This record gives sequence, C-alpha cells and structure tokens, in this order.
Amino acid sequence: MSTQQAEPESQEAPEDPEMKGAESPAAEEQKGGGMVDKHAEKRAELEGETVHIKVFRYDPEIEGKQEPRFDDFHVPFEKGMTVLDAVMYARDEYDSSLTFRHSCRQAVCGSDAFFVNGKQRLGCKTQISELEQPVRIEPLPHQEVVKDLVVDMDHFYDQMHTVEPYFQDEDTPDTDALEEQRQSPENREKIKMSSRCIWCGACMSSCNIAAGDNEYLGPAAINKAYKFAMDDREGEEIKEHRLRILEQEHGVWRCQTQFSCTEVCPKDIPLTEHIQELKREAVKKNLKFW
Amino acid sequence: MYEHDVIVVGAGGAGLRAAIAANEAGADVAMVSKLHPVRSHTGAAEGGINAALQEGDDWELHAYDTMKGSDYLGDAPAVETLAQDAPEETINLEHWGMPFSREDDGRVSQRPFGGLSYPRTTYAGAETGHHLLHTMYEQVVKRGIQVYDEWYVMDLATTDESDPNDRECHGVVAYDVQSGNIEGFKANQGVVLATGGPGQAFDHTTNAVSCTGDGHAMAYRAGAPIEDMEFIQFHPTSLPSTGVLISEGVRGEGGILYNNEGERFMFEHGYANNSGELASRDVVARAELTEVNEGRGVEDEYVHLDMRHLGEERIMDRLENILHLAEDFEGVDGLVEPMPVKPGQHYAMGGIEVDENGQTCVNGLYAAGECACVSVHGGNRLGGNALPELIVFGKRAGRHAAGEDLGDPEIRTGYGDDVEDETETELPVAPGEAGLDTSGGVAADGGVTADAEGILERTVETARERVDRLMDKDDGVQHAEIRAKLQKAMTDYVNVFRTEEGVKKALEIIRECRQEYQDVYVDDPSKTFNTDLQQTIETRNLIDVAETIALGALVRNEFRGAHWRQENQIRDDENWLKHTLISWDEGEPSIFYRPVILEGENKTYEPKERSY
Repeated sequence: MSTQQAEPESQEAPEDPEMKGAESPAAEEQKGGGMVDKHAEKRAELEGETVHIKVFRYDPEIEGKQEPRFDDFHVPFEKGMTVLDAVMYARDEYDSSLTFRHSCRQAVCGSDAFFVNGKQRLGCKTQISELEQPVRIEPLPHQEVVKDLVVDMDHFYDQMHTVEPYFQDEDTPDTDALEEQRQSPENREKIKMSSRCIWCGACMSSCNIAAGDNEYLGPAAINKAYKFAMDDREGEEIKEHRLRILEQEHGVWRCQTQFSCTEVCPKDIPLTEHIQELKREAVKKNLKFW
Repeated sequence: MYEHDVIVVGAGGAGLRAAIAANEAGADVAMVSKLHPVRSHTGAAEGGINAALQEGDDWELHAYDTMKGSDYLGDAPAVETLAQDAPEETINLEHWGMPFSREDDGRVSQRPFGGLSYPRTTYAGAETGHHLLHTMYEQVVKRGIQVYDEWYVMDLATTDESDPNDRECHGVVAYDVQSGNIEGFKANQGVVLATGGPGQAFDHTTNAVSCTGDGHAMAYRAGAPIEDMEFIQFHPTSLPSTGVLISEGVRGEGGILYNNEGERFMFEHGYANNSGELASRDVVARAELTEVNEGRGVEDEYVHLDMRHLGEERIMDRLENILHLAEDFEGVDGLVEPMPVKPGQHYAMGGIEVDENGQTCVNGLYAAGECACVSVHGGNRLGGNALPELIVFGKRAGRHAAGEDLGDPEIRTGYGDDVEDETETELPVAPGEAGLDTSGGVAADGGVTADAEGILERTVETARERVDRLMDKDDGVQHAEIRAKLQKAMTDYVNVFRTEEGVKKALEIIRECRQEYQDVYVDDPSKTFNTDLQQTIETRNLIDVAETIALGALVRNEFRGAHWRQENQIRDDENWLKHTLISWDEGEPSIFYRPVILEGENKTYEPKERSY
C-alpha cells in the first residue's frame, strides 16, 4: 500500500449554488412519473458538441502534480455518454496519465464511484446529458487520495470486515445429500435490498458521522451486517452476537439519520432504514447501550 | 519475494472457489488479483447456475443438453463432471448463505433457460453472479485467506525445457499497482490461473475493461496450448453505446425484435420460424446483423428490442434491472420506447487447455473458469453453464494444486501421440515473424536446471527490465492507439460473420499491431497507480490472444456453433470433430488438433443437427 499519501486541499463540495440548484429540478422530474425521455432535449442540444469536464488531478510522486489542481478536457459528446466514458476518452485521447478505477461499466463492480458535481455517483451510471457543465469530477471525499480520482479503500474494507461479513449457521445440513436450508420467500425479500451492495463506498464518503469518527462502522458495513442478522437461516445466538458487534460504541447508535447514505446509494439500498431497524432490534433484545 | 503453497491469480468466481478448496485441503493459499475480489467480472453475470437438483431431472440430462448445445465439440468427461458436481456445489453455496430466489416451501427456485430440457437454472434474481461473487469472497474472509489485491500479475516463472510437457511453473511475477513495486510470488505446489475472459480483444463487448486475457497470454507464452479460441459467443442483445448486456430474460418474457421497417424479422425474414426471438444466441445474432447489413437496421447499426407490450407491472416484477440499464446507459425509457440492441462479444468458449482436474501440460500450472477450456462449452455455451463451470472446476483445480489426488484425468493435454499436426494451412503472414519482444516467454535459459528461487528471481529481473524500458522510453506509440486498432480489426473481421479473406486481413493487422508494439511507451512517469503501464502490458496480452482467435477462425473451415464461415456453410463432422490447439513454440504459434471425446460414462454422444 502506498505510504506517501497527502490530503489534497480541494475536498469540499463545490460551493457554486447554481450547480446545486441544478440538481433538484432533475430529481423532481424523475419522481414525477418519468414516462417521457427526460434526457432527449438535452441530448439533442449536445449532439455534435463537446462536453466540458474538469477533472481533479494529484500525484504525490510527480513534482508538477503534488499540488492538487483541476484539468479541463473538452470531450466530443456521443449519445448515451456517461461520466466514465468522458474520462476514458480524455485519458485515451489526451492524457494517458489520468488515473481512475473502473472495470465493468455497468454498475456492478463498484469501482468507479466519484464525486461528480458535488455528489457521490458511479461514473458509469451517470449520463453526461443530465449534468450541468462544466462537469466537475473529483475523488470521493473523506477518503485519502492515492492519485487523481483513486482513493484508498483500505479503511472501507477494514470496516466491512469488522462486522464478520460471512454467513454463520449453527448446524450445516448434509451437503452430500443435497439438503438445503429452507428460507421463506418473504425472508429472502426482506434481505434482498441489503444484498445488492457493491462496496462502491459512496455511502461511507457521504456520511458526516463517518467523516468525523474514523471508528464508526459506517452505513456499508452496518448494511452488510443487516443482511446476515435479518436472515432467518442464521440462528438466534448468532444474531445476538451480531447485534453486540453493532451496538458497540462506534456502531449503530452513532447514526444520526441524515439519510445522505441512502440518497447517494447507486443501488437504492435503504441504508438509513436498515440502521434504524437494527437499533430497534438491539433494544428489543435488551442489549444495553454502551 | 512472497512464498505460498498455492498462488491463485485472479479473484473472480473460479479463483475464489479454487482458493477456498486449496485452503480446505490444507494448503497455505494466496490470491493475487489486479482488482479487489468484489470488483471481479463474475459480478456481472445475470442468469443463473445450471444444476440438476430436482426430482425428475438428473445429471445425465444436463450432460446431454450441454453436449448438444456445444454442437458436439464438448469433451464428454468434462461435460459429465460438470453435470455431476454442479448440484453439490450449488447446495454448498446455499450453505454459505447465498441468497438464492426461493419457492413458497423455502427451497431454492429453478427456472427454464435456452437449450435446457428441464428447468434447472438456479438463480438469485437477475443478479446471480453478484451474489455468487460476494458469497465466496465472504468465505475467503472467514478463512483468513491472504489476498494481494491490486497486484497485477505480469508473467509466470516457468522452466524452459524444449517440450512444454516437461516444464515446471514455480510462481508468478506481479507488480503492486499502488506502489509500482515488482515482486516474485513463489508457489511451492501450484499456480492456478483464474483470470477470466478476453473480451477486450473486441471493441464491442459485454466484458469488463479488466477482461484482457492476461492468463491466456501468460500460459500461452509459457507453453500451454490455447484451445478452440475461434469459438467466441456474441450475445444478441447488448446496448450499442457501451456493450452493456440486456439479459436473454427480456426475450424469455416475450420481448420482440424489430427492424427499422417495423418487421418482426426473426419470423418475417425466416431466420427461425419455430423459435423466433428465442432461437439460440448464434442464430439471433446472425439475424440481427443480416438486417443491418441489408439496410434494415436502425441508424445502420442496431435493431429494436421492444418490451412495452409486456406492461409496466410485469416489467417491474421481472425485468426491473433492464429498465435501469436502458435508462442509465442509453438514456432510453424501456416503458415508452423500444431499446436499441446489437450483438456484442460475450464469452470465450475456448481457453487454456486443461484436463478435468484443471491442470495444463506444464507441471504446477492450472487454469479454471473462462480463461480455461476443459472443454465443456465446445462450439456454443448454454446460458446458465458458465457459473457451474466456475465452482466445479475452480474447486477441482484448487484441490489438485493443493496436492489432493483426484485420480487420473481422461482428458489429455499438451503435445503428444494423440494429436494431429497441422500441415495444410497457408497462413497469410509467417507466424511469429513480428513476434519480437512481445513473446515474453519462459524464464530459465538454455534448459539449465535452476532451483525455483533462481527461476523466479530471473523472471522478476526480466519483468523489471521490461518495465524500465517502457517507462524510460520518451516517445513512440501509446497502447491505446494499438489497442483500438486491434479491437477494430477483430470486430470488423472476426465477428459474428467470418470470411477467409477477412480473417486473413485481421491477422495482417494483428501482426502490424505486434510490430507497432515494439515502439510502445508509457507516458505517465509515476510509479503510483500507473494504469498507463498496466494497460500497456495488458495490450500485449490482447495481441497474443487476438492472434489465437484469428488463427483458429482461419484454420477451422467449417460452420459449427458460434463459428460461422461464409465459404463453408456446413458442419463438417467428418473432418472437424476435433479441437484446435495453438501453442507458442519458440517464438511462433504452431497449430495442432486433438479429437473430441464423445464417449461418456454410460453412453456415446452421437452428433445430431441443431435446428430452430
């Protein structure tokens, strides 16, 4: 792991009120029925045009890049173009040192979460046509920057591992006899949303509590624990063990229900609700507060 | 230098399963992956896991369907092993907590899939691969298996005896993406390659950007033959701009394909009068491209897939994910307009030649998953058969590498008495002519027997020199240019439709790319997270893999499964019930053949015609 990491200066959300303002009408439209192609007009406008992106640059090793800055790129627009497409174009055509993680391009590998126009989003899942220009692309806030848009994910993984993120049954059925553990469709439905997490780190990055308390388990890890704790196939004893991990000092009780995690989750997981439900479970089980 | 009993390269489905199996067999196992395990491309699989779990179904039916689907190019011992082991492995996943979709009685659900005589596809929503990947990674965490994530494996440390069957693999060389450090990883018992598919050889693919055929290329250069690479599956419904996959489930639920004249062309133009949109993938892909080529495509590029008539309720219930994909990646609302789709490269049926225990002809070198060819898929893979392959053969490779005795394999590997030499084919460019520096290859020199450490050290040294050369060079060609040229050539000439002339043209361009690669340089001077360097090395691998695909497509002058040849419109069982093998032989590819094994445990699979 790289040891030479510096905290870049520019890690705040853009202050430009216009940009923030531009978010809400689009969001409204999304909620309001969505039976029209809401990007068509914008796309038509952009046809044949270039898109202006401002990309955060930083490399601890290279003299000219040790001071964080933004580079401007003008990328030819194509129908369906995503933020990831735009930065890939910029890298392949203009500057091969432009660095970011990406792999699947379809919102399942979770590696291209960026801070785009002041919000945590997956680059591959964000259409350029829905954004105000210039599109400002930064690394996830509250995580150490390794280089350009790449952040150190170690802390995120560590927190995920803290909650014992693996199934723990008390009595494994006979595998040779192909004996299954039964699970009701309802119980499966209950854990379904929590199981969709792709470990992108957007929620953790958006969480004010996590930003101020490095030991806070954070929404992703708690959601991971929720998936197991609510699974009827794990026994009561294990569930209690899980709740004890979750109700520790830096566990569920730290959550202040600001909903920022839920708001940015690219898989629409109701993270905040899951955290509240675990709080209620802990109370029901008579577990004492720390 | 790091040292473990077993080194698993790649941490997708096959790699994770291999690591767990090796760990259970008592080995000290480590995984080395260029991505963090949960970022692996297995997570993008949608469909499910075929396994004969229910009464009324059995492994023999599964094996029969698979042999037929393969257009009789699968090896029966491999296919039967897949069908026999899949049920237990699937239940094993259930025991590890995988959230499968459930029936009312709490048992795992199974559903029908193309080419299956029984509904035996076990699934977790339309996100089976995601759950498979995460469930197995959880088990790796539980067992405390060492994972070197974001370490990019550049080469294998292998001895260089003239006969690859005598060679030995002692480990790998990898560089730490975050720091740029290059280190040796010594494997005392075995190396398992589980590096996934080579989809990035094409410019329109459903594969992740990371699918660059690294394992194929490393094994190839180490002397393990690459098998049946001409068989590339093109999925009929991928989004035109990105290649993102639109599941076969849309057509399964009743989605209709239209051309630009509003004709339901699968029927109206007679491509598949019985099955229509639900004909097999190769048939639908050919039909779509024929429409486009004859001027009936939309914007001369794609066709329309319409699901509006299914109604919002049904779509939301069964195809919700598809709405998101069309919206997010194409900006199209599938409820109010048809979705644009075209064929996209999807899966490589071929790969590194292995036996049913996962072993290559090089001692200590194993492969599993999409990078390997056992072979179970032959000329055409059935939907739902990729995931059982990962767990069944990943596990076997891991156990065998850890020293467990799995018995003698029925499938032979490497060059031997049972192979047929290629003598007839005239190649457009002398193979290997422009091989030059891109060959990489085996580490030891002159057949001198060195100890494992010595071989590893020399391989590390070679890798460091190579990286220094790339970094020190100040100008020349950038990998992105070569990669784009290669991808375009493959898409233009080695796509769904292939002609002899076209494939030869592709080979010429591939050789040009090889030549241009001699002048490649890395512009980013940083050692920190240098993706420019990594992609430059990947591009060399893509050149090697693309060459095997094109060479295979050139020599197989018949029409079988996904391999369509304009000049040869029949399946030629008399001459072609055999596997194409390409091995890197002292700096140039050589081609030979091994007969398909059609004899199973209880029966022989007799080739029959496939019709739709």
